[in-house]
Amino acid sequence: MALDRWIAFVILIICLAYGYTAFFTMDASLPPFMQRNPVWPSTFPKALAVMAIVTSLVILLGLEKPPADPKPLDINYRRLGDYKVGQALMLLVLMVAYALLLRPAGFLIATVGFLILGSTILGERKFHILIPVALLAAGIIWYLVQGVLGIYLRPWPFFLGV
Amino acid sequence: MLEGLMIGLTTAFSVTNILMVIGGCLIGTFIGMLPGLGPMSIIAIMIPVAITLGDPSAALILLAGVYYGAIFGGSTSSILINAPGVAGTVATSFDGYPMARAGKAGKALTIAAISSFAGGTIGAILLMIFAPALSSVALLFHSAEYFALMVVGLSAIAAFAGTGNVAKALLMTLLGLIMATVGEGALYNLPRFTMGLMDLQSGFGFITLAMAMFALPEAMYLVLNPGRSKAEDGSGGDSSEIKDLRITREEARKIAPVIGRQSVQGFFIGVLPGAGATIASFLGYAVERNIATKEEQDEFGKGSIKGLAAPETANNAACTGSFVPLLTLGIPGSGTTAILLGALIALNVTPGPRLMIDDPQIFWSVIISMYLGNLVLLILNLPLIPYIAKVLAVPRSFLIPFILFFTLMGAYIGQNNATELLILVGFGFAATILRFADYPLAPLLIGFILGSMLEDNFSRAMQLYDGLGFILERPMTLGLLVLAGLLVIVPSYRSRRARLRAEGVADD
Repeated sequence: MALDRWIAFVILIICLAYGYTAFFTMDASLPPFMQRNPVWPSTFPKALAVMAIVTSLVILLGLEKPPADPKPLDINYRRLGDYKVGQALMLLVLMVAYALLLRPAGFLIATVGFLILGSTILGERKFHILIPVALLAAGIIWYLVQGVLGIYLRPWPFFLGV
Repeated sequence: MLEGLMIGLTTAFSVTNILMVIGGCLIGTFIGMLPGLGPMSIIAIMIPVAITLGDPSAALILLAGVYYGAIFGGSTSSILINAPGVAGTVATSFDGYPMARAGKAGKALTIAAISSFAGGTIGAILLMIFAPALSSVALLFHSAEYFALMVVGLSAIAAFAGTGNVAKALLMTLLGLIMATVGEGALYNLPRFTMGLMDLQSGFGFITLAMAMFALPEAMYLVLNPGRSKAEDGSGGDSSEIKDLRITREEARKIAPVIGRQSVQGFFIGVLPGAGATIASFLGYAVERNIATKEEQDEFGKGSIKGLAAPETANNAACTGSFVPLLTLGIPGSGTTAILLGALIALNVTPGPRLMIDDPQIFWSVIISMYLGNLVLLILNLPLIPYIAKVLAVPRSFLIPFILFFTLMGAYIGQNNATELLILVGFGFAATILRFADYPLAPLLIGFILGSMLEDNFSRAMQLYDGLGFILERPMTLGLLVLAGLLVIVPSYRSRRARLRAEGVADD
């Protein structure tokens, strides 16, 4: 089965769960005075669930024929091995790590680490340029966000107590 | 109209706002040249900055400047290194890149700049003439019609997705609408579909979603396929070829009618919801090619100046055109204007028919800033062209971590919540997979942004008419809903018939 039909299948499951909530569990918590309204909080989701289930079935069952001359994809997922999947996955993991460490480690350390590791993953080895650039960028962005935009970003790790 | 123009002139010509236009154009041009960051991502990145400005006129002027700059920046990388940063400038590379190869890069960039300027300026004049008329018609619209109109807009977006992709675009739109129902709705004050998570109480963040749908997958694509950005072959850094910026009188005479036709055509395509700059530029290229003389036709694709001027004019005119539904009806015609709509709502401005009456200074200052923006682009960019090209020489191992970092920052600053970053990475990953399978992502974001408005208007109409009666009682609503149905059904019916006919021919 092609990837687009697998995706339609996953979306179908999500929509079924969504539809189940809309049809069977949501209305239970509705206060009595709202029950006389012609439209309930679940009305719109119910309609959406039905339409989305039908549309995902259309794709899953292949009812809409693909175009005769499909345009070439930027990335052919059937030959994913030809691309730098490892680098992409490592960058995703790095982004998750950044999200988890941003508060505990402080903005400056997390950002400098992110920029240096990110470039290293992509094969950069010129650390004498990389490190100063990362430090400078983190400092400037921190100043812009905290000083100019006035949004609080803790610069240092939690144990420094700033 | 004259009175409005004066209001616009006084607002737009304040020192802050002129600085906003200049700054926006510069930022847009520079970031727009980076492969992978289209106007949508750049505007999404700039939104937190724009929102903190506080003044809606200044914010919108800044974002409009960024928008024009980004489109022009995209053309620059299309012409110089055949790496269109934006879908709307893909057609530009057809003839722009061959010109650059032939040693006429300076000329190509000049033609691009002048065509963009003309397209944008003529588009702004058309906007000034047609927007008030459109908005006075729009005042007749009530909740029921708004609901129906949004359904038309959403189905048009799905229908323009192209043959064989209608179901996918439709499913993405529905998914966007479903995601919009997560969190507390304005009408009910009940948390819906939050799965008990506090972080979902207020729904998904719009900037987070915008970044996850566009910037992150694009960066991932750049990582996966380094050949996608040809920035490393050194051609971007070679400025010796692009020094001669002059165009001859003969050439100017040749492209003038192209610019005239494509400004008008591009503008009206831009007005249609879902069409936008990409379709306008392709259609402009196709039309000009068809009406050119035989020997000119042979030049297309090999460095024809007409083939360069047509998409460049059309995409800028279409950008201006896409402001019509945004400013007068509150309906975004493209992913970019959808993001602008989100920014406006965050600034407490409700675009729609009342905008011209309630906040005329916003409406008119945006129009004036369009002229200004186009002029600034022309004046700033021509002398900067040789230097601009240098940015493309930044190695991707430096560039990509920075793109990802700005994406993360954009989502974090908006919500000040680290969970938002995890949502961003999760959705970004899912969006990349969706792109693998050629699912269009813009409909999802447009659905998400229109979702709450669609539901509010639907609910209001239901309450007023005590049920679905409004569909039959209000002829305009019924007409619009029928139109929406036709928009989805007719293209797939026609492609089916075309295919059957093709198969029939093959059998003979």
